[in-house]
Amino acid sequence: MTQVEAAPIAYRPTRPPGRSVRRSPSGFGLGVGFVTIYLSLIVLIPLGAVVARSNSQGLSGLWHQITQPDALSSLRLTVAVSALVSVVNAFMGTLIAWTLVRDRFPGQRVIDALIDLPFALPTIVAGLVLLALYGPTSAIHLRLAYTRPAVVIALLFVTLPFVVRSVQPVLMELDQEMEEAAKSLGAGSFTTFRRVVLPNLIPAILAGTALSFARAISEFGSTVLISGNIPNKTEVAAVHIYSQIQSDNVSGAAALSTLLLLIALVVLAAFTFIQRWAIRRG
Amino acid sequence: MGKWIGRIVALAYLMLLLIVPVGIVFFRTFRHGFSPFWDAITTTQAEHAFRVTLEVAIFAVIGNTVFGLIAAMLLARHRFPGRAALNALIDLPLAVSPVVVGLALILVYGRFEPIGRFLDNHGIKVIFSLPGMVLATIFVSLPLLARELVPVLEEIGIEQEQAAWTLGASGLQTFRRITLPAIRWALAYGVVLTLARALGEFGAVAVVSGGLVGKTQTLTLYVQQEFQNFDPIGAYAASFVLAVIAIVVLIIINVLRPKEHS
Amino acid sequence: MGISVRGVTKRFGEFVALDDVSLDIPSGALTALLGPSGGGKSTLLRIIAGLESPDSGVVEIAGTDATTLPPQRRNVGFVFQHYAAFKHMTVFKNVAFGLEIRKRPKDEVRKKVKELLELVHIEKFADRLPSELSGGQRQRMALARALAVEPEVLLLDEPFGALDAQVRKELRAWLRRLHDEVHVTTVFVTHDQEEAMEVADTIAIISAGRLEQVGTPDDLYDHPANDFVMTFLGPVTTLSGDLVRPHDLELRAVPDAETTEATVVRVMRLGFEVRVELVCAGQDLWAQTTRENADRLDLQAGRTVHVARTTSATGAPDPQPQGAGTQTAR
Repeated sequence: MTQVEAAPIAYRPTRPPGRSVRRSPSGFGLGVGFVTIYLSLIVLIPLGAVVARSNSQGLSGLWHQITQPDALSSLRLTVAVSALVSVVNAFMGTLIAWTLVRDRFPGQRVIDALIDLPFALPTIVAGLVLLALYGPTSAIHLRLAYTRPAVVIALLFVTLPFVVRSVQPVLMELDQEMEEAAKSLGAGSFTTFRRVVLPNLIPAILAGTALSFARAISEFGSTVLISGNIPNKTEVAAVHIYSQIQSDNVSGAAALSTLLLLIALVVLAAFTFIQRWAIRRG
Repeated sequence: MGKWIGRIVALAYLMLLLIVPVGIVFFRTFRHGFSPFWDAITTTQAEHAFRVTLEVAIFAVIGNTVFGLIAAMLLARHRFPGRAALNALIDLPLAVSPVVVGLALILVYGRFEPIGRFLDNHGIKVIFSLPGMVLATIFVSLPLLARELVPVLEEIGIEQEQAAWTLGASGLQTFRRITLPAIRWALAYGVVLTLARALGEFGAVAVVSGGLVGKTQTLTLYVQQEFQNFDPIGAYAASFVLAVIAIVVLIIINVLRPKEHS
Repeated sequence: MGISVRGVTKRFGEFVALDDVSLDIPSGALTALLGPSGGGKSTLLRIIAGLESPDSGVVEIAGTDATTLPPQRRNVGFVFQHYAAFKHMTVFKNVAFGLEIRKRPKDEVRKKVKELLELVHIEKFADRLPSELSGGQRQRMALARALAVEPEVLLLDEPFGALDAQVRKELRAWLRRLHDEVHVTTVFVTHDQEEAMEVADTIAIISAGRLEQVGTPDDLYDHPANDFVMTFLGPVTTLSGDLVRPHDLELRAVPDAETTEATVVRVMRLGFEVRVELVCAGQDLWAQTTRENADRLDLQAGRTVHVARTTSATGAPDPQPQGAGTQTAR
């Protein structure tokens, strides 16, 4: 088989044309520069300005601003409602994910796609939509508008996808043989769920809950119309910041903003921690 | 039995929270036929709001597409000091309330702040004007594209690109002919997500735009104004348009999503 | 000289992937970089290609210092273990890629690609996507793609590692024939000693970031520079503290000055070959012998035999000299 002489193709190595083909560093440097400037001008410097403004009169000034009765009350309401919403999401999100993965019924695909609607729908439209059912002209005479339950409903709406979308893929990947094994060992349906399925879902449920909490405490658009923004009653933190900006109390707005940022960062750190923990557990 | 209870509870919850309310808005938009709806969305004010919304969204999508591509390539293809920081900072906008975004931009680009005053003296108005609205929209939709691209870039790996290099393709040629075709579906998906977010942004734009009718009023601001002016048909009609855009986005996303994994 | 590597060192953090490696690869030869996984052989290949840059040292390709050249300017063909097929391009487009980058006329590209696809026997699949090919076909496409630009050197990183055993055997023989037809300087990385022995003119053994030995397959098998090379290239056992190949052990019935007494533990008949497990002065060892020998000695568990090395037995010299200077193949 060795045909030393008869090479079937003419083979003559040549250098590629001497274009200036440089290694990536130049492009890499430009990329890092662009990303740094873009992030700085749009995100970092502005957020830094908020924190700086909130501290312009020292920590005592910051403390003074966030302990104003209106501010404190909006903060309490926001945290309490967000916590409640997160707990409801943890349960209902898991149940909905379960229904979408393990149950079979007509229209399931449409329902599955609709879960993302709250992400796609502008928040102001979400508020309007909820007013249609729970507002003064309610179709079912359920007048919740301008009450605290209305705030809960608005936040439930905008945070609906988080737990569902975080639990769903885990549930799909979950090995059903594990459940069959549990059942073959005599465990009932509920025991199988509680002791075999649930432990595998916990990281996903917690991660989704953390994200929905972070979203809930910063939510603005969906609560504007339905809550009525009554100070000391239905005004959430973001709306309170908005009204402070409108009435030129920028320092007060900055103080509350800094606190919201801080809470969100802590929750996101928790989220990252949960994810790492989940990866370690495999 | 337990299965039925689970199904009923889950579906009832979705009905009350999601499906019935959206349905009612659709119903009310067309309760008096098509022409009131058409009249409501073709007023000068509504048409202007459409145009402003579209302008802001297009600038924001262009900015974030360029940023998202570059940031994703940096995160997926390079190891450098500051990479971890970049990775964390990209997600930061998701944790910030839209109102805080608006405030943050005012505190830098407002007319009474050093940078804002400097720009104002040079004839560039940022706050209460289009640039500020674009910045706010970019801020809130900043991570969406990069977050779609990074996992896809990591999954396709660097070998095809390295093969192109050894065949003589420059960095830019490799990106255009190898990388870009490989991530085209993820890119399309990310652009759609960014566009949807940009069209629907309310809070951040509400703070920086001033909502000047006929000037800086976007569609979402128009919805709010119409509703507060007790003109529900105007609010419902504009909401209907925004909701239809959202549903189209959902459909596109559901069509694009399976292709990522093929 | 085809490729000349001098004093190349590469670290990844604390891990030393290559430690002062020098190696000359002659023009037109087919050379294997052989060694255990993680030993640095792939890193060396990627440094030659310009896909990694060395911390120190020099790489010359065809007499030109290529150390700081980007991969685009080195004119190397690189074949990846997992093919790195351009998934969105047809087989034709894949092979044409390098030529199109070089802006060759369309006719020339078409003619050249056709030739190459015939050379690697996938001309029928020119319009298919890589996903519609088998692993072996994809690897041949990757090879045609690398050859299309007529590289100075062809570099293959575990080219058959992802293929199943049967295809791997076919492609080995085929690579050897291909090299005899297209005399391009070729370097391939493998961890499979049988593959290296079968295909390569020259083998360079690399382990733990160091070059252990360079030579022809026979050289290395018969004159291993050290115990590692000997162990890596074939089966070994220990007799009186020395490494020896089991087929170099002779079992005798009668003791003499050269023999050592041993007790048979187990006899395994594997077709023609008979494998004998023994204990010698409390040490386990094993010998390979023929069925005929085994019958003649009536080997069975518990029997005492006398073990000697055959006169042609190979072994590593000791103490082991570590060649820090340049080792030249052949």
